[in-house]
Amino acid sequence: MIERTPVLNFFTHLAMLVGIILAALPIYIVFVASSHDFQTVNIVPMPLTPGYSLVENYTKVWTKSDFGTKFVNSFIVATGVTIGKIAIAAITAFSIVFFNYRLKMLFFWLIFVTLMLPLEVRIVPTYAVAANALSPIQGVLNGLFNAPALLLGLIGIEGLPQVALKLPEWNLLNSYTGLILPLVATATGTFLFRQFFLTVPAELVEASKMDGAGPIRFFWDVLLPLSKTNMAALATIMFVYAWNQYLWPLLVTTRPEMTTATMQLQKLVPGPLFGQPPVWNEAMAGTLIVMLPPLLVVIFMQGYFVRGLISADK
Amino acid sequence: MDRRATFKSTWLAFALIAPQLILVFIFFYWPAAQSLFWALTLEAPFGGATQFVGLQNFETVFSDKLYWNSVRVSILFALSSTTLTMVMALLLASFVDRQLAGYRVYRFVYFWPYAIAAPAVGLAFRFIFAPDAGFVSSINKVFPNLWNPALDGLDAFILIVIANSWKMIAYSFIFFLAGLQAIPRTITEAAAMDGAGVLRRLWDLQLPLLAPTFFFLLVINITESFVDSFGIVDIITGGGPARATDLMVFKIYSDGFKGLDYSMAAAQSIVLMVLVVSLTFVQFRYVEKRVHYA
Repeated sequence: MIERTPVLNFFTHLAMLVGIILAALPIYIVFVASSHDFQTVNIVPMPLTPGYSLVENYTKVWTKSDFGTKFVNSFIVATGVTIGKIAIAAITAFSIVFFNYRLKMLFFWLIFVTLMLPLEVRIVPTYAVAANALSPIQGVLNGLFNAPALLLGLIGIEGLPQVALKLPEWNLLNSYTGLILPLVATATGTFLFRQFFLTVPAELVEASKMDGAGPIRFFWDVLLPLSKTNMAALATIMFVYAWNQYLWPLLVTTRPEMTTATMQLQKLVPGPLFGQPPVWNEAMAGTLIVMLPPLLVVIFMQGYFVRGLISADK
Repeated sequence: MDRRATFKSTWLAFALIAPQLILVFIFFYWPAAQSLFWALTLEAPFGGATQFVGLQNFETVFSDKLYWNSVRVSILFALSSTTLTMVMALLLASFVDRQLAGYRVYRFVYFWPYAIAAPAVGLAFRFIFAPDAGFVSSINKVFPNLWNPALDGLDAFILIVIANSWKMIAYSFIFFLAGLQAIPRTITEAAAMDGAGVLRRLWDLQLPLLAPTFFFLLVINITESFVDSFGIVDIITGGGPARATDLMVFKIYSDGFKGLDYSMAAAQSIVLMVLVVSLTFVQFRYVEKRVHYA
C-alpha cells in the first residue's frame, strides 16, 4: 500500500491463488465427478474436465433419493427456524432493553448461558423431551405438588397422599414442530438484537411516547423498520445453520417423508459395505444438490452474512 | 443496561420474554438436568425401576479404555485441526489484508466453504480421498497401500482433520481479516515511515494487535471441533477404523442411540458439558478483559 514491493506482491498473489485452489478445488471436483458416467468417475485419477452425463446423474439421484420431498422439508424447516429465531430474539431483546423490571438481568443470563449447551452435548435427553414435550412441565408440576408431602416426610410425618399428575403426551417426533421448535431458542440472536436495541437513542422512545405510541406500536412501527439490516444478517446465518442441521433431524425423524435433504447424504455414501457399486457420480450429484442452497445464500448475501457473523459472536 | 426511557407495562414485558424462557427451559435446562439425573442413576431405557447409584456411572466411564481412547482422539483432533485451521486462516487473511489487485475475489471465494454442511464436506472429501477412486488414491499406484483411510487409523484421522479444517478456515479467516482491518491505518503508516517493511509490520505490529482475535478464535475452534464434528465423522469414517476416529460426540451418540445405554451416554455428556462450559468461561473472561482494553 505504501511502498513498492514487486517481489513480495508476486508471492502474495501466488499464495492467494494457491488459497483459491484449496478452497474451490473440492467443490469443482464434486461438480466434475457429478458429470461423469459410472466408468469414468472410477478412473484413478479422475479426469478434471466435465463429462457428458450431468443431466442423467442429477435426474437419477433426484428421483432415487426423492429430493423433491426432502427439499420441501428442508425449506420448511430452514425457513421455520429462521423466522422463529428472528421473531423470538426480537421480542426477547425488546423486553430486556425497553422495559424495566427486577428479573430482567436474571432472564437475560438464563438465556445467554444456553450458549454453553450446544445441542450435541445434551442430545440424548433432548431427544427424550422431543418424544414428549410436555414432560418437563409435568415434572415441575409434580415436583411442586409433592413438595409439601416430601418435606413433611423429611421431618417424620408420613402418609400424605402423593400426587402423580399426568399431562397428555405431546410427541414431536416425525413432525415439523419437532424439527423446528428445539432449534428456535437463540442466545446469539437475542444478544445481537440486544446490542442493536441499546444503540437506539432514548429520544426516539420519548418522541414515540409523546406521539401516543404504546410499546407494541413502537416495536412494530419504529424498532422493526430500523432493524432491517440486523434481521437480514441474522436471517442469512440462521438459514445456513438450519439447512445444514444433521444430527437433530437424524434423531427426530424416522419416517422417510419427514427427512431433510442434509440427512439424505448419509444414504448416498457408496460403499462395498452394503454391496452397492461405487456410484460416486450420483453421490457427488447429491452432495452438490444439498450444498447449493446455503452456498447461494452466502454468495448473494455475503455482506449481510459477514456482518451477522462478526457482530453476533463478539 | 438501564435506560432512561422505558415502557411501564410489566405484564407485557413478561409476556414478551416468556416464549423464549419456556423454550430454553424445555429444551436446554430440563435436558441438562435430565442428563445429570441419568448419569447418577441406572435404569433400563424403556421403563423399569430407576436406581440411584451415585458416581458409579462415572467410575464405569472413567475405567473404560474405549472412553479414554475417544478422549485422546478428541483432544488430538481438536489440537491438530485448530492449528491447521488457524495457521491457514491467518496466512490467507494477512495476504488479503494487503489489498492487492483482485483481493475481493479472493476474499469472496475463501468464504464459501463455511456455507457447506459438515456431512456434505464429509462426503466430498470421502470421494476425493477415497482409497480406490478419486484423486489421492493415485499415490497408491506408485506406493501400493500407502493411503487407505478405510483400513489405516492414522490415514482416517488425517482425513477428518483435513475435512474439518477446510470447512472451518473460512470462519477464522473472516475474523482475522476483520481484526486486521480494524487496525488503524495511521499506525501502519507511521511504522512504514519509520522504515518497517511489510513483513516487519506484520510480525511486530499487526500480529500482536491481533492477539485478542487470535485467542477468541482459538477457543471457538477448539469448542467447535469438540462439538460440531459429528457430521464429518459420521459420513467419512463412522468412528472407525478400529475406533481411530471415535470422537467424544460420536461415542455419546453411538452409546446412547445405538447401544441404548442412556446412563453411560449421560455420564459422558456431563463430562463433555463440563469441558465446553469451562472453555466458554475462559472465553467470557477474555471478552471481559477485551472490554477493558477497548
